[in-house]
Amino acid sequence: MLKIEDLHLSFGGIKALQGISFEARPGEITGVIGPNGAGKTSLFNAISGFYTPDRGTVYFEGRDITGLSPDKRAELGLARTFQNIALFRGMTVLDNIKLGGHTRLKTNVWQALRYFGAARREELELRRDIEERVIDFLEIDHIRKYPITMLPYGLQKRVELGRALAMQPKVLMLDEPVAGMNREETADMARFILDVQEQFGTTILLVEHDMHMVMDICSHIVVLNFGQQIASGTPAEVSGNEDVIEAYLGAAA
Amino acid sequence: MINGNLKASYAADERVLNNSYKQLFVYGMMAVLACFATFANDYMILIACKMGILLIAVVGVNILTGYTGLISLGHAAFVAIGAYGVTILDNVLMGVVPEGLMFFVIVPLAVAITAIIGIFVGLPSLRVKGLYLAVATLAANFIVIFLIEQDLFAPWTGGMVGVNTPSPNLLGWVLDTNREMFILIAIIAFASLLAAQNLIRTRVGRAFIAIRDRDYSAEILGISLLRYKLTSFALSAAFCGLAGAMFAYFYARILPEQFELDLSLELVAALIVGGMGRTMGPVFGVILIVMMPEVIKVVFAYFTGGDASAARYTAPLQEIAFGLLLVFFLLKEPLGINQITDRILRAANRWPFARG
Repeated sequence: MLKIEDLHLSFGGIKALQGISFEARPGEITGVIGPNGAGKTSLFNAISGFYTPDRGTVYFEGRDITGLSPDKRAELGLARTFQNIALFRGMTVLDNIKLGGHTRLKTNVWQALRYFGAARREELELRRDIEERVIDFLEIDHIRKYPITMLPYGLQKRVELGRALAMQPKVLMLDEPVAGMNREETADMARFILDVQEQFGTTILLVEHDMHMVMDICSHIVVLNFGQQIASGTPAEVSGNEDVIEAYLGAAA
Repeated sequence: MINGNLKASYAADERVLNNSYKQLFVYGMMAVLACFATFANDYMILIACKMGILLIAVVGVNILTGYTGLISLGHAAFVAIGAYGVTILDNVLMGVVPEGLMFFVIVPLAVAITAIIGIFVGLPSLRVKGLYLAVATLAANFIVIFLIEQDLFAPWTGGMVGVNTPSPNLLGWVLDTNREMFILIAIIAFASLLAAQNLIRTRVGRAFIAIRDRDYSAEILGISLLRYKLTSFALSAAFCGLAGAMFAYFYARILPEQFELDLSLELVAALIVGGMGRTMGPVFGVILIVMMPEVIKVVFAYFTGGDASAARYTAPLQEIAFGLLLVFFLLKEPLGINQITDRILRAANRWPFARG
């Protein structure tokens, strides 16, 4: 589904990524973990098209997308959320989520200016789709008309997930979906992520620091440390790996 | 208090005038305008026409600055291109296009030309933002005025001394009085507002707002910054071109100096005062910006007892008031008059149960 091959990325002298290779298997949840500064977010930015890698290839459904711009990758079905919520703060929840439907809509400028006719039909269909598939699903119907700024952090995270879901993505990339959340909120978010996988069959790539959650919901885990891929495998394999334990806890004295 | 806010369908919930206060306001305003066209005196009609023309242009600036978040200090150039476009096209196509159809041919043509030039002026926006973009667009304003004033183009533009403009002929109906022009301008201004409102409730307008609020997030949703920034420039220029066309039709003669930086600043000021990124913002802003000098003139004349020697102080007073007004809004109500009306509307909705 999403395949990374020998990805290298550097900023000046800093080697952010050095030869990362893994595959996010269709319909599965793949986790990317590693200590702070390991290159997880750089990896995400390279996959979504904000950074151009020095070397290596990103394949999406077998197609090389390394040279495509972020918006082209989105059109192919690659969605993501950000570590520090990147919602549109001037808009309501509903408008934010509607923006997720952007690539699926066809309305052109002429139709938009007139509204009545094609644009209206499409807007109403989008509204229905979003209400039924996203807002009900994420249980955010009580806040749909709220401006983003009025929402607490946990709900903002959920709205951002909703916006990504509105894209009907094939691959969903979540950058620290439960960062800064308490246990209950984390459990809620984990449940939503599992529901997405189960109901929509979406391939999910996840960066997270919450080890409990990662070990619980991921079927495959990639571990990064200082830009290098030090391990990859099932949760059980990874948690028993010497290098991983050393990276997280330091070498045994 | 408002009742009946329950919506039973998505269509009802997606309506713009989604409560009875808004409906009352808009339909009421239309009735007022219709009465106005019939009963107002000539001077009031003149002021209202000025407002209408300015409104169409500010709607354009709102699309670019209010919704897309790109600042322009060169929009007077687009008004100029629209005005000169209509005038020149009218002269060139005289005899080729039947007189009754001229309006319907040259106005869309002039607007289209303005939109295309708008795309070129917008090209720097792909690289620079904020203040730098403002300066880049400012340059466009100077270049356009400079070109209009050149002797080379004087046979068409009239150069520094300006050029006489045509009167619109709508299928044989020649609009040669201000009252007739008012009807035309009011209809076009209303249509412009409606078009802008429609734009922002569909994917194109949402994409603009997304770019304003967070451009990288917009990209990740599949919005091409290149395409939508230039679309925004084109649309914004098109509305200003339309305003320019009305400007040319309304006045008997146009001069390059009418489209200088002053006008660009007035457009931005009206938008800030009225409320950026809101549909009704331009309306409130334009009413205030156009009415204020008139009110000052009347009040000043009243206190000086119509003394002619004191009248020379009117113009500087108007400019001082203009500056103070801008500073006041930037400090006290940065979201403009629209924010005040929103508060009133909210209070009316809740009355008599809660305030605020």
